[in-house]
Amino acid sequence: MLTPPLSSKTPPMISMREISKSFPGVVANDHIDFDIFRSEIHVLLGENGAGKSTLMKILYGFYRADSGRILLDGKPAAIQSPNDARALQIGMVFQDFTLIPAFSVAENIALFLPDLDTVVDLEAVSLWIEEMSARYGLRVNPDAMVYELSIGEQQKVEILKLILSNSRLLILDEPTRVLAPHEVDALFQILYSMRQDGYAIILITHKIKEVLECADRITVLRNGCVAGSLLRSNASEDKLVEMMFGRKLSGLKTGKKVIREETALPVLELQNVHTHGEGAETNLEEIDLKVYPGEIVGIAGVSGNGQRELGDVVLGMIECVKGTKHLFGKDVTNSSIQKLRRSLVGFIPENPLTMAAAPFMTVLENMAVTKTWHYALQGGLTMDWKAIKADVENTMERLGFSFSLNIPARSLSGGNLQRMIIVRELTHDPRLIIASYLTRGLDVQSTLAARQALIQARDDGAGVLLISEDLEELFMLSDRLIVLYGGRIVGSFTPDETNYYEVGHLMTGSEVQYASNS
Amino acid sequence: MTLLSVLGVLSSAIFSGTSLLYTTLGEIIGQRSGIVNLGLEGVMLVSASAGFAVTAITDNPYLGVLVSIIAGGLMNMILGFLVISRRANQLASGLALMFFGFGLSAWIGRSYVGAKIKGLPRFPLPGSSNLPVLYSSLFNFDLLIYLVIPMAILIWWLLFRTRWGLGLRAVGENADTAFASGRNPLLIRYQALFAGGLLTGLGAAHLSIAYTMNWMEYMTAGRGFIAVALVIFSKWNPLRAIVGALLFSGAVAFQLLLQSSGIQVSPFLLDTIPYVLTILVLIVWGGTRRHTAPASLGRVYQGTE
Amino acid sequence: MRQILNALKRSDWVGQKYVNAVLRYVFMMLFAFLLFGIILLISGKDPIQSYKDIFSSTLGSAYGLSEVIVTMTPLLVTALAVALPSRIILINIGVEGQLYMGACFATWGALAFGHLPAWILLPMMILLGMAGGSLWAFIPGYLRAMGIVNETITTLLLNSVAPMIVSFFVFGFWHSPMDTNKTAIFSPSARLPTLFNTRIDLSLVFALVLLTLFWLVMKYTRWGLEMRAIGGNPQAARRNGIPVKLYLISIMCIGGAIAGLAGMAQVSGFYGVLLANFSRGIGFMGFLISWLAGGSPLGILLTSFVISIIIRGGNLLQLTIDLPYAVINVLLAFTLFVVLARPNFLTQRKEA
Repeated sequence: MLTPPLSSKTPPMISMREISKSFPGVVANDHIDFDIFRSEIHVLLGENGAGKSTLMKILYGFYRADSGRILLDGKPAAIQSPNDARALQIGMVFQDFTLIPAFSVAENIALFLPDLDTVVDLEAVSLWIEEMSARYGLRVNPDAMVYELSIGEQQKVEILKLILSNSRLLILDEPTRVLAPHEVDALFQILYSMRQDGYAIILITHKIKEVLECADRITVLRNGCVAGSLLRSNASEDKLVEMMFGRKLSGLKTGKKVIREETALPVLELQNVHTHGEGAETNLEEIDLKVYPGEIVGIAGVSGNGQRELGDVVLGMIECVKGTKHLFGKDVTNSSIQKLRRSLVGFIPENPLTMAAAPFMTVLENMAVTKTWHYALQGGLTMDWKAIKADVENTMERLGFSFSLNIPARSLSGGNLQRMIIVRELTHDPRLIIASYLTRGLDVQSTLAARQALIQARDDGAGVLLISEDLEELFMLSDRLIVLYGGRIVGSFTPDETNYYEVGHLMTGSEVQYASNS
Repeated sequence: MTLLSVLGVLSSAIFSGTSLLYTTLGEIIGQRSGIVNLGLEGVMLVSASAGFAVTAITDNPYLGVLVSIIAGGLMNMILGFLVISRRANQLASGLALMFFGFGLSAWIGRSYVGAKIKGLPRFPLPGSSNLPVLYSSLFNFDLLIYLVIPMAILIWWLLFRTRWGLGLRAVGENADTAFASGRNPLLIRYQALFAGGLLTGLGAAHLSIAYTMNWMEYMTAGRGFIAVALVIFSKWNPLRAIVGALLFSGAVAFQLLLQSSGIQVSPFLLDTIPYVLTILVLIVWGGTRRHTAPASLGRVYQGTE
Repeated sequence: MRQILNALKRSDWVGQKYVNAVLRYVFMMLFAFLLFGIILLISGKDPIQSYKDIFSSTLGSAYGLSEVIVTMTPLLVTALAVALPSRIILINIGVEGQLYMGACFATWGALAFGHLPAWILLPMMILLGMAGGSLWAFIPGYLRAMGIVNETITTLLLNSVAPMIVSFFVFGFWHSPMDTNKTAIFSPSARLPTLFNTRIDLSLVFALVLLTLFWLVMKYTRWGLEMRAIGGNPQAARRNGIPVKLYLISIMCIGGAIAGLAGMAQVSGFYGVLLANFSRGIGFMGFLISWLAGGSPLGILLTSFVISIIIRGGNLLQLTIDLPYAVINVLLAFTLFVVLARPNFLTQRKEA
C-alpha cells in the first residue's frame, strides 16, 4: 500500500522553520522544524498538549507564530490568515467541523468555492461533487442536509470541500477521533488515492496503529518540541511509543499493593452501561466497573475515548441508555445529580473553569455551591460563611495550598483554579471521588500534595476513580488500572501485572499485545 | 351569507394580508442573517407616516411609496448600527427602535391626522371585467398587491439560489464559518437589514397609502409583532410566508364572516389564533426544531480576534 | 470640563469608577437631549425653553415629583420581573403579557367580590394578580426547562395573546353600561390606598420592598447563591448539584408573579378600572430598564426615575408646545440608543 520512500531530491512543498509559539503559561511550540512533501502522507504524532494542533493552526494562518518562518517551494510565504493559507492552496479540517448543519452538502461546499457564480447553480455543484466523490470514494449525497449525516460522512464533506476549493495540502486534525474502525479504513483509502494524485496530506493523531498503517513520514512532537522525524520504514511501534511518551521505559513499575476486602460493598458499580452521545461525544458501550472503598481505580485513555463521558455518567450529567448504576449498593441509575452530591460524591472535572466554577463569583462562594444545603442557616435565609471559610481553610492547610478566597474565581491562575476545585471536592470527606486530570496545570509541589490528598482519602476508605492520560501518575497511584479505548473497556489490570508498553498500546488502539512482542 | 359577502371578506383579507406579507419577508431576510428586529412595529409606523405625508403633500402615491421604502431601510440602519457595529443586545435595541418609531411617526404624521389622500391607483384583475360591477369592484387591486407574491418568490430565489443569499444564510447560521469562507459578516448583516427595511417599508406603504388611506397614531396595531410570529410560523421561508400570511389574514376574514352570518364568537379570541397556532407549531417541532431557526439568531458577532 | 475629568481620572479615589460611570451617563443624556433638540428646532420650538419646562414641571414641584413617582412605580416592578429571571439567563420579554394577565385576574376578583372589605379583597386581588402573571410565565418557563422551546420566542408570542384575552373579557362580559372598552369603576375596597394625598399608591411600597428583597435574596441567601451559580455557569451549576430545571421553572413563575402584581397595581391603584389595551408598553419598557441597569436594583431605581421624568415630560410637550404626546418617545429612544451603543461598560457581567 505504501509508496516507495521519497527521494530526498524532491524539494519540500512547504517547510516550517524554527516555529515558536507561546500561550500564557505554556510554550506550545518551541523552535519546530517541519517539512511537507507532495504526494506524501505525513503524520504528526504526539500526546494531547504536545503542540500538534498549534503548529498546524499556525500553518493554516489561524494563529501567528511568535517567531520562525514558513517557506513555500523554498520561497518565504506570509500566512497571516486562513484566507492567505487558502490562497496558497492549504486547507484544514478542524476537530470541530465548520460545516453548517442546516445547509445541504452542496450548499456547504458551494459556500467555499472560490469562483462561485452570482446565481448559484446547485445542480452543477452537485454534479461536480458527485464526480469528485466518485474519484476518491467519498460517497455522499449532495442534496442531503448535513445534520442528517453521520460524523464520518461529515468528514468526507469537509475533505471534499477542501478538494473542490483547490487545496493541494490537506491538514486533518485527528480525523479518526470520531470514526468507527471501518470508517477509518475508508478514510485511509481516500487518502491513498489522493496521495496518488499529488496531494500532500498532514494527519494529526495520537493513535500509533493508524500511523503505522498510513504514514509515509512521521514526526513526533513532545512538550512542544520535535522528538523525532522518521520515514515509515524506520519506524516501529515501540520506537514511537518511546518517542511519544518521552522516557526510557524501564519495564515494570510497581503500583501500590492494597488488601481489598472482596466482600465489601463496592462504592460504585456500573453494570453494562451504555450512553448515547450528542455530536462529538463518545458513546460508552458495555461498561462494567466496580470501585471498592479504599481503592484508587485508574482510567487510562487518550482523551476523546470516553473518559469524560465515564465521569459524567457516574455523576448523572449523561443518562445511561442501558445498564445500571449503583452507589453503596443502592440503585442510582436515574437519580439526580443533587442526590448523588448529597451522597458525598466529589467530582473534579477535566476543565475547572468551564465545568466546575462560576467565574464571576468569588472563590469562597464557589466553594459553597456544591454544599449549599449543608451551610444554609435559618432554612436558607443566610449562609454560614464562617463555617465555609473554616472548612475550606482547614482543607487548604491539610493540602498545603494557599490562594485568596475573596477574589472572583476567574482571576485565579489555571493552577489555582485547579487547587480551588480540589479543595472544594475534598473538603467533606467524600466517599466517592471522580478525578479527571487531577494534576493538570499544577506545579511539582502541588502535584505531590494533590496526589497525597487522594491517597489519604483512599486510606480513609473512599473509592476513587482517577481519570488520566499520564501513565506515570496512573501507575503511581492506582490500585487497579482500566484502559478505555473508543468508549469501551479494553483492559483491566493491577499495575504490577502490566507496564507502560502494554497500556500505551491499548490506549492508542494498537492490537499488538506486549506479550507477543517479548 | 351571500357569495358577495364572502368575496368581500376575501378581498379585504387580501388587502390586510399584503402589508403583513411584505413586512414578514423583510423580517425573514434580517433573521436569516442572524438579526431579530423587535422594532418592526416602529419601522412600519415611521414608513407609513412618512409615505402618507409625502403622498398628501405631492399628491403622488408612488412617490409616497418610494419614501416609505427608503424610510424603512434607514430605520433598520439604526438597528444595524446598534447591534452590528456597537454589538448591542438585539432585543433591547429592537424595543428601543419600537419606541423611537412610536415617537417619530407621531411627529411626522402630526399634521396629517385625518388628511385625505389619493390612494394607490387600482387596476381590475384581468378577466374580472366580465363579472357584474358589484363583483368586479371587489377585484380592483393596486400594484403592490399584484407584486407581493412575485416578490415572495423573488426573495426566496435571492436567498436560496444566489451567491449573496448563500452567504447571507451562512452568516445567520455561523458567522465564523461565513468569515472563514472569505465573507464579511458585518457587511452582509447590514445589507440584509437594509433590504429587509426596504420590504418593511413597502408593507407599511401599502397599509397607509393603499389600504386604509389615512394616518393615525399607532395605526399598525400590532402588525409588527404578527410579522415576527409569522416569520417563525413560516420557518424562515418566504414561500411558506405566503401561506402564513393568507392564514393569518384569513383568520381575520373568517371572523368577519362569522359576524356577518350572525354567529357570536369574540373577535378577540379569534385574533389569538395565529399566536396560539405558532406556539403549538413550535411545541410540535420541539425536538426537530434544531435546524429550522438560523443558528446564530440573536447572537452578537464578536469577530475573530 | 475636560480638566475636571482628567483630575478625576488621575485621582485614585475608590469611587472613581462610579463617578466615571455617572459622568458618562450624563454625557450620553446630554447627547440624547441634543439630538431631540434638533427635532424640536425643526418643529419650530425653542429646545432650551422646552427642556427647562420639562425639568421644572417634573422636578420643580412636589406635585410634579409625585407624578414622576406614579409613572415610575410600575416600571420598577416590571423591570424587576425581567431582572430576576435574567439572573439565571432567562430572557423574559413577556412582562407585557404577564402584566395583562395579572390585571385580568385581579379585576375578576374586584368585580366578583367588590362587596368584601378591603383587608380581605386587596390581598386576594394581589394573589390573583400574581397567579395570573405566573400562569402566563409558567408556560414559557416549563417549555424552556424541558428544552422544547426557547423562552424568548414564547414570551414574545404570549405578549400578544394576553391583551386580547383582556379585551375578550372587557368587551364581552365586564364592560360598564356607559363604555364598551372598560369595566365599571372598582368599588373603593378594591382600590389600593394612595399615599401623602397624591396619586402615589401603595404599590410604590411593594415595589421598593420587592427591590430590597431582591437585593437581599441575591446577596445573602442560599437561593441567591445558587441562582448566581446558575447565572455564572449553568453547566457547572448542574455538575455541582444545583437543580437547574427547577430553578428555571420557578424563577420564571416568580418573575411572572411580579409582573402580575404590576398589572394588579395598575388596575387597582392607578386606573381603578380595567381598560382594554391599558399598558401600551410598560412591560417592554421594564425590559429595557432592566437591561440598561444590568439587572441591579439600584440601577433599576435610577434608570426608572430618569425615564419617568422623560415620559412625564411628554405631557408638557402636548400641553404647552402643541406636539403629540407620543413624540416624547423620540427623546426616550435617543436616550436608549446612546446607552445601547455603549454596551461595554454597562453590561460587563452579561452577554459574552
